[in-house]
Amino acid sequence: MSDAVSGRSSAPPRHAAFVRATHWITALCFFALLLSGLEIVVSHPRFYWGETGNSGTSTLFKIPIPSSRSTVPSGYSYVMPDQNGWSRSLHFQAAWAVVLTGLAYLIWGLWTGHFRSNLVPSRAHRSWRSVVEVMAGHLRLKRPAAVEDLSYNVLQRSAYLAVVFVLFPLMIWTGLALSPAWNSAFPATVNLLGGRQSARTLHFIVTISLVLFLLIHIAMVALAGFRSRMRGMVTGSIHGQEERP
Amino acid sequence: MSKVSRRAFVTGGIAAAGLAGLAAAGVLAKRHGLVPPDNGGIWGPGTTLTYAAQRLITTRSMAREFPRSMISPKPFANSVDPLGDDFKHHQDSGFADWHVTVDGMVAQPASLSLADLKKFPPSSQITEVVCEEGWSYVAEWIGTPLHEVLKACGASPQARYVFYFSVQKDWWESIDMADALHPQTLLTYGMNDGELPVGFGGPLRLRVPRQLGYKSVKYVTRLTVTDSVKSFGKGLGSAEPEFGYSWYAGI
Repeated sequence: MSDAVSGRSSAPPRHAAFVRATHWITALCFFALLLSGLEIVVSHPRFYWGETGNSGTSTLFKIPIPSSRSTVPSGYSYVMPDQNGWSRSLHFQAAWAVVLTGLAYLIWGLWTGHFRSNLVPSRAHRSWRSVVEVMAGHLRLKRPAAVEDLSYNVLQRSAYLAVVFVLFPLMIWTGLALSPAWNSAFPATVNLLGGRQSARTLHFIVTISLVLFLLIHIAMVALAGFRSRMRGMVTGSIHGQEERP
Repeated sequence: MSKVSRRAFVTGGIAAAGLAGLAAAGVLAKRHGLVPPDNGGIWGPGTTLTYAAQRLITTRSMAREFPRSMISPKPFANSVDPLGDDFKHHQDSGFADWHVTVDGMVAQPASLSLADLKKFPPSSQITEVVCEEGWSYVAEWIGTPLHEVLKACGASPQARYVFYFSVQKDWWESIDMADALHPQTLLTYGMNDGELPVGFGGPLRLRVPRQLGYKSVKYVTRLTVTDSVKSFGKGLGSAEPEFGYSWYAGI
């Protein structure tokens, strides 16, 4: 904070104010969606493929936890407390917030050239060699070079692009495919996925993918220097006394 | 004009336009019936956005129907609270005395037996029951479209909601006229070529296939046509919002 106040840094911020704001709104929404989504899963921790599936049919896979509904054959006699009411309300409210935030981010990113300049790998780095180089550095637990304070490497760029342009759209698509009203207006949304239960299973698998991304993301931030990276995403400035003087 | 002040100008302009847009959207939404009864409280914004957005795109849309080959061989009847002695008597007499009353804003209030309902031209659909818990099944549903009954009883054009009540005191619901007059909204007495079994809501269930299963109330005994939700429970449109669920269950 003091850096920003003293105006010591005349360089442009590491992350634009718009990126910082949308990043943290998205993080908050993701946490709300994850928590409420897991609560909803607890009411039926069984997954199917195709159009239909219920406690009387065979599963694609089960999560070995007790359920919050006594009718679910979970293998446990214990029935978890039912939290679906507020969980569903929180899930959809957070979904609206993150979709609107994502839409604003998309428009802003296209308008300012953010995707082109910061996320699409530069021509020089669009090679397997660059990918292998970065990976080798990670495997040796090497701290990133100073240049990476200012710009993403090819692996980061690819990961962020995949999250923004593949996983999030898939999340929205599979989520909408679970809405009976939406499906009445756009039946192809669910039919293309192979049916309602396939859509639900894919919604869960994409969630797992995003959680894996989040874990790696946090691990990488920690490896690169938790305080300086957090400062970069909170205040915009990467300069600090503790780490890279 | 410096860069910063231009940015402030543009940001301020967008924010002001956004606020004005929201205010205008609020007025328009109210006028066109896009605000759900449970629009207040902490979850109000989310459910209002969902209802308004989905109503705009689903005015005339039809729930997906499936071929006969996709009827689930093992449909799942969710558990229900004990139905009581009165229901048992009805069950023993084959529901011969089961009646559904139609009251409220109708020219001719009525009390219809199952036989009366079966005098209307029957309608059938092969649609999916979708539970908020995540499971589902497909079945054929046979019954009388609700709009036929509303027409026969002379429902007022000023009506905005149809409330429906079960023998189960804690399970009562309402739908707006878009769903009440929808061709697939069915007072269901048959399932898969037979009578509607008790486990699935027999003798009479109101199927609302464009919404989640909890809107399809089992053991229906009363329909009330109204233009206001105020006098029902806490005035939130149904029992569900009192437990944190949304009144509108298109998602």
